Amino acid sequence: MNPKRKRRLLLVGLLLLGVSAAVALTLTALKENVSLFITPADIAAGRIPQGNQFRVGGIVVANSVKRDSDSLHIQFDVTDGAGTVRVDYTGILPDLFREGQGIVAQGSIENGIFKANEVLAKHDEKYMPPEVAEALKRANTPAPHPTGAQ
Amino acid sequence: MWKTLKRWFHQLGSPRTFYRFSGALIPWLFVAMVITLAWGLYQSLLVAPTDYQQGESYRILYVHVPSAWMGLFIYVLMAVSGLIALVWRMKVAEMVAIACAPIGAAYTFVTLVTGSLWGKPMWGTWWEWDARLTSELFLLFLYLGVMGLYAAIEDRRKAARAAALLALVGVVNLPIIHYSVVWWNTLHQGATVKLFSGESHMHPSMLKALLIMTAATKFHFGVALLQSVRARILQQESKASWVQELVDD
Repeated sequence: MNPKRKRRLLLVGLLLLGVSAAVALTLTALKENVSLFITPADIAAGRIPQGNQFRVGGIVVANSVKRDSDSLHIQFDVTDGAGTVRVDYTGILPDLFREGQGIVAQGSIENGIFKANEVLAKHDEKYMPPEVAEALKRANTPAPHPTGAQ
Repeated sequence: MWKTLKRWFHQLGSPRTFYRFSGALIPWLFVAMVITLAWGLYQSLLVAPTDYQQGESYRILYVHVPSAWMGLFIYVLMAVSGLIALVWRMKVAEMVAIACAPIGAAYTFVTLVTGSLWGKPMWGTWWEWDARLTSELFLLFLYLGVMGLYAAIEDRRKAARAAALLALVGVVNLPIIHYSVVWWNTLHQGATVKLFSGESHMHPSMLKALLIMTAATKFHFGVALLQSVRARILQQESKASWVQELVDD
């Protein structure tokens, strides 16, 4: 390779290295802000973001969903295995909302209850026909359960 | 072996050889595209089974995922040809890099739109500023930036080198897109098909259609890219004698 090309290649390499370092530092500094939600364990440990509104993500605890019969008001528990928080919400839920499903709720803590003004559903990266999901369930292998908190 | 490859590479660097070679290749790529696209759509819409969780809605994945892969794949190709253009000053590499941008932008746009359409019924929102969605949007802006910068400079060759530099800097965004769902809490789920281990969380009966659609998008990109580069060669080499002869015929 002639020296001119070598120099150009070196310059481009240095430029890329510099930009990567700058971006890595920025993203590390912004780590908390880049994450979309915190986990119930974070709330239990008191690591709540500043400001009133934040998002919490986790899995809807089985048998914890209580619906009002005459309104859209609903209460349920969300867990990440390490902590649990009760969510209170009035509004339309996404189709995927169900017990055992991963969800992300936005709102604020009031008297220990998370008052949500938006509830989104997460789904996992697994795709399979219903028969296979049934068979897996019957075989009692670790069922394909949605990962809400990662 | 290495010598043959090197010679072949240098020959392709000549606009004239590239023009002839690509002209012979395009019909084959086009036929492959039509076959895989028809087969892939049939497989994904009619043969692949319903999903246990998302029902029929998941089928949008057969457009969304191959498009997203193409957005990243084309960017890598654009950056590599950009590097060759910057260091070795090869004309054809400049043209390839520039021709990649609009095609990559189109695929990224399709990814964002289909993702949004999919997000509303499943997640409950059209858009959320999570790391995956935001970095993918940034990819679209990078493509548009490369196109804009190229268009803003008068001299075609200087413009290509400036755009190539921007494309190279933007490479930093690629690992961010790929690992966004691992590094941060996101609404978007993790990877279904792992790029590096080849591991898949998709049932084989569903995966088949995805792989065929992936092949179809690759062939489409091949056709679109070569056509675009050929047009650029004719424009920029319009004074060359071989182009003159071609036009006179």
